[in-house]
Amino acid sequence: MSTALVTDLTIFVLALLVGIEVIGKVPATLHTPLMSAANSIHGIVLVGALLIGATAHTAVGYILAFVAAFFAAANVVGGYVVTGRMLKMFRRKAPVQAAEPKVPVGAGAEHQSREVGR
Amino acid sequence: MNTFTTNMQLVYVLAAACFVVGLHLMNSPATARRGNQVSTAGMIIAVLATLVLMIHEGTVTAVGWTVLIVGTLLGSAVGLWSARTVQMTAMPQLVSMFNAVGGGAAALVAVYGYIHDESAAGGVLGSTTVFTVLDVLIGSVTFTGSLIAAGKLQGIITGSPVMIKGGRLITAALVVVGIGSAAFMLTTASLPALLLVVLASLAFGVLMVLPIGGADMPVVISLLNAFTGTAVAMAGFVINNWALIIAGALVGASGGILTKLMADAMNRSLGNIMLGGFGTGDTAIAAAVSGDVQVRSIAADDAAIQLAYASKVIIVPGYGLAAAQAQHGVAELAAVLEQRGVEVSYAIHPVAGRMPGHMNVLLAEANVPYPQLKEMDEINPEFPRADVALVIGANDVTNPAARRPGNAVSGMPILDVDQAQSIIVVKRSMGTGYAGIDNELYTNPKTSMYFADAKKAVAEMTAAVKTLVG
Repeated sequence: MSTALVTDLTIFVLALLVGIEVIGKVPATLHTPLMSAANSIHGIVLVGALLIGATAHTAVGYILAFVAAFFAAANVVGGYVVTGRMLKMFRRKAPVQAAEPKVPVGAGAEHQSREVGR
Repeated sequence: MNTFTTNMQLVYVLAAACFVVGLHLMNSPATARRGNQVSTAGMIIAVLATLVLMIHEGTVTAVGWTVLIVGTLLGSAVGLWSARTVQMTAMPQLVSMFNAVGGGAAALVAVYGYIHDESAAGGVLGSTTVFTVLDVLIGSVTFTGSLIAAGKLQGIITGSPVMIKGGRLITAALVVVGIGSAAFMLTTASLPALLLVVLASLAFGVLMVLPIGGADMPVVISLLNAFTGTAVAMAGFVINNWALIIAGALVGASGGILTKLMADAMNRSLGNIMLGGFGTGDTAIAAAVSGDVQVRSIAADDAAIQLAYASKVIIVPGYGLAAAQAQHGVAELAAVLEQRGVEVSYAIHPVAGRMPGHMNVLLAEANVPYPQLKEMDEINPEFPRADVALVIGANDVTNPAARRPGNAVSGMPILDVDQAQSIIVVKRSMGTGYAGIDNELYTNPKTSMYFADAKKAVAEMTAAVKTLVG
């Protein structure tokens, strides 16, 4: 086994452990954005697609590079955009309601004291 | 490795560090957006570094540049369009599609590497062959498996488990052919063997996901996510690139953790899920009420009165809410109730919906503040204090039968909906859920059934609350 391979394996195992440590703390509320973010991160395969295109000089090579670049680019761009779109929706407080709340008229008897809780 | 490529690896490590920090910032909704930006920055660094590397090497042909640029631009356009237009209810499909293309691209990297090296002097066999083979295997399985999963989620392919006659046998044969050719490739350079591995893996991906039912999709998507990450890491070994190895490992870890969380939330082993659903599937909505069961049904007005005069309401959303696109209606109902001073919170079961966290995203879309979205362990102690639990489109995750041994949902962690003072269940019919067993919650004396589509029911209740007690 070459030194380079041992280095690669070491990096892989350590990254796996870092991933488990970091991701284990993500709250359930964010599980969908987390998966979407992970999705965009594996779009890094675009780098791989570019590198194979760099050495291609046959028709088969070009076709493979094209499809790989297409797939990976869709993955990386779509992943980041949709993750951002989702995260933008998460708010701590409800936004100010555009519609004026219906003020009850002549229904006093039905109202209970907790109305003030508004 | 000369100085230039060494420096490049360092830039890739910087990019990978951005991914780690980005994921770390996902620990809280307050910092998550920044996390996504950091991660995006890492990706841009990695891609730019690659371009610099390619220009520096100077080996890229004109056709090569054209192919890469056109492919990347077209892919980016498709990705951008789908990310902008997708509805939040369709997120699971989109995530599944991204898994498919990611896994597919990773497999192609390995296929190309193999073909390229075979034509080169010195042959193809080397210490990375095992990673090439693994990349092709995992990437191809992910590609077709994710496509089938997306098709099921979109409704193009039936969501219920598809059992093919002799399917198990075919699957076993594919495994033998795939692993056999893969092992052969380790000893002998052979393009036909590679082709066989690809074809067997693609077919295996289809047969792996087809028998899995809709309600198990959170597990399947998580697993395929882990597969994609692993495939990308293997591609990193093939082209000796640290960014791919680290990013792939991170995604593999993320998918693995989510897979385990989802399987635990259903109290089922991964093997049990992968070997096919509970049998009946989750589409048996047309079943009629059996005669001897006592079920109380309720109309909008009565439900509205219960809700409006409650002091604490817990809403329990499930896949039915997503299917009916009722998230905005539910948020409106909650807003009307809150104006009356009712305390409203949401009880989210880990496997509610079709992917991890699906309900949270839908409700966030409907402007529900995330502190109101409570996880199972947090909300369960609050049910006894709730005047009304409003169950919308959730079934098996509320079945008290799970506390007893000896049935299909035994041992599954459930929401303690039956502890609430009264319960209103919005449901289209008395049909059974995914597990195929009756929900004992529905026959509880405290329970009233509101038979309607979730969106319609919620709108009716909101209107009734406004007019009757408004």
